[in-house]
Amino acid sequence: MRSVLNNQWTKPVLFLACLVPLAYLIWRAYERDLTANPIEFITHQTGDWTLRFVVLTLAVTPLRKIPGLAPLIRFRRMLGLFAFFYGCLHFGTWIGLDKFFDWAEMWKDVHKRRFITVGFTGFVLMIPLAVTSTAGWIRRLGGRRWQWLHRAVYLTATAGVIHYYWLVKSDVRRPLRYAALVAVLLGWRVVLWLVARRQHSASGPANQQEPATAETT
Amino acid sequence: MGRRNFLLGLLVTGGAAAAWKKLPSLVAAAATGSVPVKLDGVIKGPYSTDETPTSFNDVTHYNNFYEFGTDKQDPAQNAKNFRTSPWTVSVEGEVAKPRKFTMEEILKLAPLEERIYRHRCVEAWSIVVPWIGYSFNVLAKLVEPTPKARYVAFESYYDPRQMPWGAGSGIELPYVEGLRLDEAMHPLTLLCLGMYGETLPNQDGAPVRMVIPWKYGFKSIKSLVKIRFVKGEPSTTWSLANAREYGFYSNVNPNVDHPRWSQAKERRLGEFFKRATLMFNGYGDQVASLYAGMDLRRYY
Repeated sequence: MRSVLNNQWTKPVLFLACLVPLAYLIWRAYERDLTANPIEFITHQTGDWTLRFVVLTLAVTPLRKIPGLAPLIRFRRMLGLFAFFYGCLHFGTWIGLDKFFDWAEMWKDVHKRRFITVGFTGFVLMIPLAVTSTAGWIRRLGGRRWQWLHRAVYLTATAGVIHYYWLVKSDVRRPLRYAALVAVLLGWRVVLWLVARRQHSASGPANQQEPATAETT
Repeated sequence: MGRRNFLLGLLVTGGAAAAWKKLPSLVAAAATGSVPVKLDGVIKGPYSTDETPTSFNDVTHYNNFYEFGTDKQDPAQNAKNFRTSPWTVSVEGEVAKPRKFTMEEILKLAPLEERIYRHRCVEAWSIVVPWIGYSFNVLAKLVEPTPKARYVAFESYYDPRQMPWGAGSGIELPYVEGLRLDEAMHPLTLLCLGMYGETLPNQDGAPVRMVIPWKYGFKSIKSLVKIRFVKGEPSTTWSLANAREYGFYSNVNPNVDHPRWSQAKERRLGEFFKRATLMFNGYGDQVASLYAGMDLRRYY
């Protein structure tokens, strides 16, 4: 397992795998098979994948605590950037295809429609994270501040789930599944934080701080 | 036997077995009315729009029919083996002559008319459909509503064994709808038995449904089994699910937004740009008088 995770080819292969949802959409478009409502189909597909990549990104930190999976950290930045990538496609679909650059109407929607307000917020919060995802920015900000900033992804995940939940008419099963995943992944962090705080108060300020890394290799 | 022949043999037997297995379901499909058949003697009805009908493929593969799943593509898939024969519709309540109609009787109550109507979903998409049927008031007059009848309540068929997808849909089933008596008796209100020259496909509400073209699509109840003339305003599925978002009247109205989205525009399936939504879905000349003096913002 470790050798697969450390293999130099794993990352390019994963990169291509992350493009498969986009390739699938392009293929469906080429086949003229984007359902009876293509714009809605593209919007939903790109939205689903944004949320999936957010969840995958959030899963990296817990998973790498499992013995042997520590090198997973190599892929976290890429997964996060793909979440942003699909978020851009989702947002772009809304702007260009759904609203057709009707800025006044979009601004009204962002104000008035709470599911759009919260979705928009989740997306905007990803922008600074994408910008500061480079090694240079980690250095400039300093590990602690960088880490603090990147906790905004917790808000993005929460906003994404609420956005989905508020969007559906009555069948909330799928949004609730995402909500459960995000709850587990964020809950794990809360538990860890509580445990660490307890140890901290028991043993004094000797705890080591985990180094901030977008990537360690 | 060489290995290649052996493999070929396996393929052939496998194929034959598969075809054999499929045969009963094909036969069953014909016997249960699962496959649309051509309707004869259809005449051109009044009130048809001259707009181009939406493609048959879109109208049959983009459906809200939660008994068969909540994704738009689900009903086409999941309603394939839905049994629609034998079928009866029970008409009861405040009427002088309550009775049950078989499908055979319903098909012969009046000449079948083709009516090409605009159909606007509350989700802001729309289609144009060449429905087949006749005015609901034909059937209503036969049972003679009493003066106490002021509303009509409709109920859909619901069989959890045939429709296991309904349980997770988030709405209460069986699906129920309702109209004020004068709305139900309006000649535009269609008792619908077919579309595109044929009987209704299962996913579009076979074998009999309502079509009320000036109201949002969810008012046009599918797979109808019960009609009840009543004194008071009947419960309707979507307002039971969310009264703030879906009212009893649900007339198409570009000026009254759904709490979560605008109703000013709609996407006509098959078109790229959205188009403006028309008051009463463009049927204002015929139906606006039904709502004279009513605050349509309050009675949404």
